[in-house]
Amino acid sequence: MTGAGRENGATAVIDCDVVVVGGGPAGIAAATRAAESGAKVVMVDQGMRPGGQVWRHRDASELPRLARGWLDRLSRSGAQCLARATVTDATSDGVVSVAHGDGGITVRAGAMVIATGARELFIPYPGWTLPGAMGIGGAQALLKGGMRVSGKRVIVAGSGPLILPVAAAMARAGARLVSVLEQAPAAAVAGFARTLWRHPSKLADGARYRSAFARTPYRTGSWVARAEGDGRVERVTLSDGRRSWSEECDLLCCSYGLVPNVDLALLLGCSVDEGRVVVDPSQRTSLPGIYAAGEPTGVAGELAALTEGEIAGLSAAGDARAAARSLARARQRWRAFAAQLALSFRPRPELRNLAEPDTIVCRCEDVPLSRLDPSWSVRQAKLYTRLGMGPCQGGVCGPACHFLFSWPHGRVRPPLGAPEVGVVGGERKQ
Amino acid sequence: MRESVESVEIVVDGERLRVTEGMTLAAALTDAGVTAFRVSVSGAPRAPICGMGSCFECRVTVNGKPHQRSCLIPCVDGMVVETGNGNGSAA
Repeated sequence: MTGAGRENGATAVIDCDVVVVGGGPAGIAAATRAAESGAKVVMVDQGMRPGGQVWRHRDASELPRLARGWLDRLSRSGAQCLARATVTDATSDGVVSVAHGDGGITVRAGAMVIATGARELFIPYPGWTLPGAMGIGGAQALLKGGMRVSGKRVIVAGSGPLILPVAAAMARAGARLVSVLEQAPAAAVAGFARTLWRHPSKLADGARYRSAFARTPYRTGSWVARAEGDGRVERVTLSDGRRSWSEECDLLCCSYGLVPNVDLALLLGCSVDEGRVVVDPSQRTSLPGIYAAGEPTGVAGELAALTEGEIAGLSAAGDARAAARSLARARQRWRAFAAQLALSFRPRPELRNLAEPDTIVCRCEDVPLSRLDPSWSVRQAKLYTRLGMGPCQGGVCGPACHFLFSWPHGRVRPPLGAPEVGVVGGERKQ
Repeated sequence: MRESVESVEIVVDGERLRVTEGMTLAAALTDAGVTAFRVSVSGAPRAPICGMGSCFECRVTVNGKPHQRSCLIPCVDGMVVETGNGNGSAA
């Protein structure tokens, strides 16, 4: 840490012009453009190094050229990057509390960019808590983290474009891909593919991924109904709504696309509509000095995140007009893409009926479906069952309950995440 | 993969294990066959599902510190890890 010396458990203070929360493509683009405009920038990220989930890497040589280019540019921009740092609290006047190592850092900024990315939507099904069952993105993260899958029988199932790169990566890493399933009907997937003529690079990526697991069918209109096994996943029941069949596997990757991470935005008090942070064409949220970019404003992937991040960074550094001029058209295109993506890969209603009375919904507190009343709110569920009150703070069961029961987002209170006692420092200014 | 390039030794539930330096601890534990990273409040084994720090299912004890998210920690030589597969001392 530069500047203020910091004892264990003590809090250091960093003053800057722009604080960027999140170090994926949106955060990288925002931090880079703001710093290049002359602003003093601090980027706070939970990962070991900048890149977020989509550009997660152990060595930059693993990354595509676009990602390497942005990471180079970020490191030349002068932006300060705090890695392995978790935001525990923030206020709309630009004060961000960060848990970092054994202590805390308070970042005071003139403007803030929310670039907190997205998380996976998990829809509970019988057996989803068994070891060996994880999210598609979760499996990708572990694979990039060095997990070996050679010779393992793998099923990739769920929804959305992420299925293709993950199935491809599994096949390239030597896994035996048993099944690849997309819950969306064939017509929806074909409809989505037809809109990709506007985004030829995505079409090319899709074809390349598909060819990497050419021997395994990509089955649409099909999903995981159940997983079973003795202490870990051994067998999976798959269904297409008319018939069901069973497959044996060692690793089950199952999740249903991404949901924006809006906890920080909600904590600050930004307007959030249908789970997305509301922004104007310069990525300004409903609060002055607070910007949002990338998945929090609507899931659309890395290229959209870069565009929005650039705009947010320039806007936060006081260069909003330049941003709007050069990037407005791209931004419009990506917003249309986000809408199409959400529509095409909308989880089907049948998935609401997978969980059985004893199926766990809240994994932190082990709350089964039978203890939940669909007529409740998140608040009532918390009061009566402790749902959403464990370490993940509703990160997994929140989106699941929103899908299952249409419960709206609960209120977000600090601390975000689950920092250790002693790390949450400083007084909260109201 | 650059296996064997920089291998380090970690100790998992009392057993020594050689792993690639810098690989995430959650990946190393999965490779080692750990199924119960932690034991849930009702006694069931749990393993990571998100791999990015948000599900908290991959919590283990690292160098005596409980509740560490193994998906956010790189493997370092000499690291001592206790999981739910150990002697009931679940994180």
